[in-house]
Amino acid sequence: MNAEAKKAANGNDKLGNGKLGNGTERGGAGRNRPHTPIYLDYQATTPTDPRVVEAMLPYFTEKFGNPHSRNHPFGWEAEEAVEKAREQVAAIIGADPREIVFTSGATESNNLAIKGVMRFHKDRKNHMITLVTEHKCVLDSARHLEMEGVEVTYLPVQQNGLVDMTVLAAAITPKTALISIMAANNEIGVIQPLAEIGKLCRTKGVYFHTDAAQAVGKIPLDVEAMHIDLMSISGHKIYGPKGMGALYVRRKPRVRLEALIHGGGQERGMRSGTLPTPLCVGLGEACAIAMKEMPAEAERLKALRERLYEGITRRLPEVFLNGDHENRLPGNLNLSFAYVEGEGLMMGIKDLSVSSGSACTSASLEPSYVLRALGVEEELAHTSIRFGLGRFTTEEEIDYAIEQVVEAVSRLRELSPLWEMAQEGIDIKSIKWAEH
Amino acid sequence: MNPPVYMDYNATAPVFPAAAAAMGEALKIAGNPSSVHRYGRGARKAMEDARERLAAAIGAQLPAIVFTSGATEANNLALLGTGRSRILVSAIEHDSVRGVSPTAELVPVQRSGVVDLAALERMLGADRRPALVSLMLANNETGVVQPVAEAAEIAHRYGALLHCDAVQALGRIALDVSALGADLVSLSAHKIGGPAGIGALYVKDHVTLKPLLAGGGQERGRRAGTENLSGIVGFAAAAEIAVARQPDEAERLRALRDALEARIQAERPDAVLFGIESPRLANTSCVALPGIAAERQVIALDLAGVAVSAGAACSSGKVRASAVLGAMGAPADLAASAIRVSLGWQSRAEDIDRFMAAWAGLRKPSLAA
Repeated sequence: MNAEAKKAANGNDKLGNGKLGNGTERGGAGRNRPHTPIYLDYQATTPTDPRVVEAMLPYFTEKFGNPHSRNHPFGWEAEEAVEKAREQVAAIIGADPREIVFTSGATESNNLAIKGVMRFHKDRKNHMITLVTEHKCVLDSARHLEMEGVEVTYLPVQQNGLVDMTVLAAAITPKTALISIMAANNEIGVIQPLAEIGKLCRTKGVYFHTDAAQAVGKIPLDVEAMHIDLMSISGHKIYGPKGMGALYVRRKPRVRLEALIHGGGQERGMRSGTLPTPLCVGLGEACAIAMKEMPAEAERLKALRERLYEGITRRLPEVFLNGDHENRLPGNLNLSFAYVEGEGLMMGIKDLSVSSGSACTSASLEPSYVLRALGVEEELAHTSIRFGLGRFTTEEEIDYAIEQVVEAVSRLRELSPLWEMAQEGIDIKSIKWAEH
Repeated sequence: MNPPVYMDYNATAPVFPAAAAAMGEALKIAGNPSSVHRYGRGARKAMEDARERLAAAIGAQLPAIVFTSGATEANNLALLGTGRSRILVSAIEHDSVRGVSPTAELVPVQRSGVVDLAALERMLGADRRPALVSLMLANNETGVVQPVAEAAEIAHRYGALLHCDAVQALGRIALDVSALGADLVSLSAHKIGGPAGIGALYVKDHVTLKPLLAGGGQERGRRAGTENLSGIVGFAAAAEIAVARQPDEAERLRALRDALEARIQAERPDAVLFGIESPRLANTSCVALPGIAAERQVIALDLAGVAVSAGAACSSGKVRASAVLGAMGAPADLAASAIRVSLGWQSRAEDIDRFMAAWAGLRKPSLAA
């Protein structure tokens, strides 16, 4: 984070209902500790960067025109702002601005890409391939298409969460129109081999869609080099506003798709509805900031992530990393803690705002389908924690988080007869429990 | 030159300062409303408070409100989500209603701009497949208010659902969605002084909706996607203001609009005002100046710093005669010379003077010169 952003973040003392980093207060034991709860859920959503908010505000009141009003300067001013934002979004993924379709968010982008392409092409090619670990809105879109007669192959992933390229290549048939594979997973942060997938798709004449909601602004992406045909982008995962996203749709060779929302014919007919100028500006600004700060920020987050990982695993045995270590978002750590109970663990670390799965499913007690797909045992899937680090995460927060996790897990294990047995060398899996 | 005058409120409206301030605060809320930790609960609380305030402002029950990315999405969701095999839409509906189903049947309107209820009843009686009727509450081009309650009564008699696009009516006439008779009602924030990018569909509890956007199960499974929190907060704030001010504001704008129309008729007796025999929004005037293309009028007004439109904003890039006026039986050349003047919360009497100064002098292009 550069000095400007730090200043902006510091000056903004009320980010929601808790401070997000940078401030410290006196703890009970007289040591410095950060404000709690500490926000470590940056894959669920990110606070809007104050610089983004600043950029948006004038477009609510002073520059309020409808960007589609072609007859007066109020409209032109709004249109200019929207087009600048479109350039900023295009720049961060190496696209042409004319390839960017603004949407209400990544869920809509994913729905539009998947349903739109398959509905347009299904008379000739009615097969698509995706992964079992995709975001729920990709899987749900695919299920809706199945009801419309589209054939969907849901490929498993390897134990590290990555797609097996041989398996993927073998799944392609002459009827395959689309492969939808996410850039980075929202729960375990693993980064799929996009360039390899893109190359395979291009050779086989299959469209490649990637849900890059978690990846844009976090890792370098280039739609040309990676041969990506469609890419979903989210505003609120990159310090922009909620309710805003984009879909990259390749022009050459042109990707044809059927619109999901019909009406005034905005966004070249692919997405009708008045464009929300302030939200477009916010997404554009968020992309511009991320593009500028990505290299340094990725290094910083990776160091913090490793500090967290090592800080926990150095002091706690039987902690497992979910998902590949190398091919991973800098700000993601997903750990399972053996011999503790999931709900107890969440209660024990309630000073940390973390998640046990994706935000959409976080109210449910089902173990994560992503972790199950990796072959993680149900018990361990129940005790997994996703730590999401981001722009406003500080070293003090990470050190505090380490203390909290180590304390809570140690305490829970002390109370656990299973842990005691394991310490005595009893293999718990070999025990035959009496039925009651 | 004087600052430009904005008279295109039916396209979009400036955001109320209080709504903008509320959004500025909401943008600072860190947290996804679906997350269970404290940040998430804070976001959810802000969202549910806003839902409650919006519901109160429009007379709805809480679970009936589904937030969408705007009225276009709300209209699409209503028409496609109910899964009715037959869709009837009035001939003056917005493109986001008319353009949704290629097989939609058009219910004609009368010369007054009011839908032909007898025709609606005949059409419903002629084909007994389960239908959905879509009728807007107030037209975006003429402001003519439609008999939605009567249409709903007819629709229900034939087992049809009634959807009402109330985008232009909210904050401009008294609106109680529960009393409207409609099963589904679309609303938009940015026409009333709220932000663009947020709308809502009011859904009566007996209506089951198939979502347009599949995914995380937000909005009780009716609309997936992380909610536009700042937009929702801004929408609620704007709706409260607009609804509270509505009676006085309608009176104020009616006086301005009527003064404008009186001067139009005095200065240019050849001008044609549309929909004036019908109940009409107080802020809207649709006026044709025969022989002078709407585009020319709009450009001349723009040069004088007055912003109006030659039809709906979304189609204003295209030069074509209004389908709404055509449906009212206006000849194509007359419709092609019609502009829309729409007023709102920042409109002042001076704006009318500015408009008249630029518009009254417009003359037909003279071939003799």
